[in-house]
Amino acid sequence: MSHLTELKISEIRDGLAGREFSAAELTDAYINAIEGSRVLNAYIAETPDLAREQAAQSDKRLADGEARPLEGVPLGIKDLFAVNGVHTQACSHILDGFKPTYNATVAANLFDDGAVMLGKLNMDEFAMGSSNETSYYGNVINPWRREGSNVALVPGGSSGGSASAVAAHICAGATGTDTGGSIRQPAALTGTVGIKPTYGRCSRWGIVAFASSLDQAGPIARDVRDAAILLKSMASHDPRDTTSVNAAVPDYEASLTGDIRGLKVGVPKEYRVDGMPEEIDRLWEQGAAWLKDRGAEVVDISLPHTKYALPAYYIVAPAEASSNLARYDGVRYGLRVPGDDLVSMYENTRAAGFGKEVQRRVLIGTYVLSAGYYDAYYVKAQRIRSLIKRDFEEAWNKVDVILTPATPSPAFAPGEITDPVQMYLNDVFTVTVNMAGLPGISVPAGLSGGGLPLGLQLIGKAFDEETLFRTAHVMEADAGFTARPDKWW
Amino acid sequence: MSVDQDTVRKIARLARIKVDEAEVPQLEGELNGILKWIEMLNEVDTGNIAPMTSVVAMDMKKRDDEVTDGGYPADIVKNAAESDDGFFMVPKVVE
Repeated sequence: MSHLTELKISEIRDGLAGREFSAAELTDAYINAIEGSRVLNAYIAETPDLAREQAAQSDKRLADGEARPLEGVPLGIKDLFAVNGVHTQACSHILDGFKPTYNATVAANLFDDGAVMLGKLNMDEFAMGSSNETSYYGNVINPWRREGSNVALVPGGSSGGSASAVAAHICAGATGTDTGGSIRQPAALTGTVGIKPTYGRCSRWGIVAFASSLDQAGPIARDVRDAAILLKSMASHDPRDTTSVNAAVPDYEASLTGDIRGLKVGVPKEYRVDGMPEEIDRLWEQGAAWLKDRGAEVVDISLPHTKYALPAYYIVAPAEASSNLARYDGVRYGLRVPGDDLVSMYENTRAAGFGKEVQRRVLIGTYVLSAGYYDAYYVKAQRIRSLIKRDFEEAWNKVDVILTPATPSPAFAPGEITDPVQMYLNDVFTVTVNMAGLPGISVPAGLSGGGLPLGLQLIGKAFDEETLFRTAHVMEADAGFTARPDKWW
Repeated sequence: MSVDQDTVRKIARLARIKVDEAEVPQLEGELNGILKWIEMLNEVDTGNIAPMTSVVAMDMKKRDDEVTDGGYPADIVKNAAESDDGFFMVPKVVE
């Protein structure tokens, strides 16, 4: 029943309701597909027994006429989300053997809505990376290859396992997290849809912390409708997360009206960066033209502090990470490497447990927070953040939504980018959104000259994911992106 | 601003990460590469700008000061490298 893995979540919902197939059959089809796709290294822990058990419960619910919104939908969960009794290591060696005794709120919300978990998905270690090359469990491979080439490509990161799995149809949808672009960039590089909602929309409780003022969970899905369905279930107000916002979660699917007449779409001139490939510039213009043809008004805007967002991010994120990752000390969970005394045990454990990129960021974070440097770096970066936020607030006086490219390039090969700063530049179009706490969605909009997916990003006002979904849905229809990677694996 | 090799050793010590002597020169180069790039921020006059303190304007959530969770020590020490009778075990710290 391999065709079952072709179905989108909206189609699964209809098919299960109409008794065309059972949740058990659907889950088995995915388990088979996962077994045949291990070369992608998207899953680092498969949970077929749990999946079958959940699917059996879903079939019972369906038979009793008590189906929930995601009843029987097989999902992959990024390894950053705590799942009771299941491998949860943020793809780091330092969390060796960690199995939480609780569920992250987002995972619990999905399970409460009837979702089936197929396993935990690979990612950059502690979500630090843009290519999924920093995972302790090895690189994730992008199902897409350049036309006529058999060279492996990265899926982007940090939610690389989520993006690769959704693109390869080895889950119906996946959870991701986005601190500087970690949902939207991999979505763009794999021809999938990824949304980072407004900061505070999804609870961070039970998600392994990276940079707490930036981290936000969201879905990666095959299309805009599926992303809307998933976000509705993931989002909630959670008293256990002090920054989770107490606001009703709208029915995002209802916002997919197809009507954007009168919508004002901003095009920020600062996103036309030096050295950007012409094909990306062209796609961006095409995106604006599609929206205009549907009755939107395209307005040139300016976000003058755009170029400072990424360097400011590389102060704020490592600073918060160095503080959050202080908890990994070999005492309460994970790896312990013995030493002569307590301090050398800490030092040995953290040297062996953290990979190179994580160590680099903890060191930078420790430096910028250290005595005498706090004001010059961290406070300065937070002042820049206020300016970035103000740029957007001024833009919202003129426009309802902002259109930009999602990434400066299509997928690249593992090992192609070795300089840390060059790797960080992958997030140049996405990171401003995290710095300002706004929602952003990446939509596949076309193919590069080499036949690889390219994405466009829409940025919205805080808590206005509905306008993002509505606009993205129209753009998706006009882009008509139906390309699929050849199944070489 | 830039770091020298002594500073690399000092921040590694502060971060409780053992760094081999052979790794110090490379780390010095990588950290300085990042710090040099960050210097771009000095172009921006932030004199009158308040640092951002919250992403979304909202009142701090408060709750009554009472015990709302707990009572499961076995779960708490379940993932520890070493534990005994509900306690985490660490190398001796007092002579």
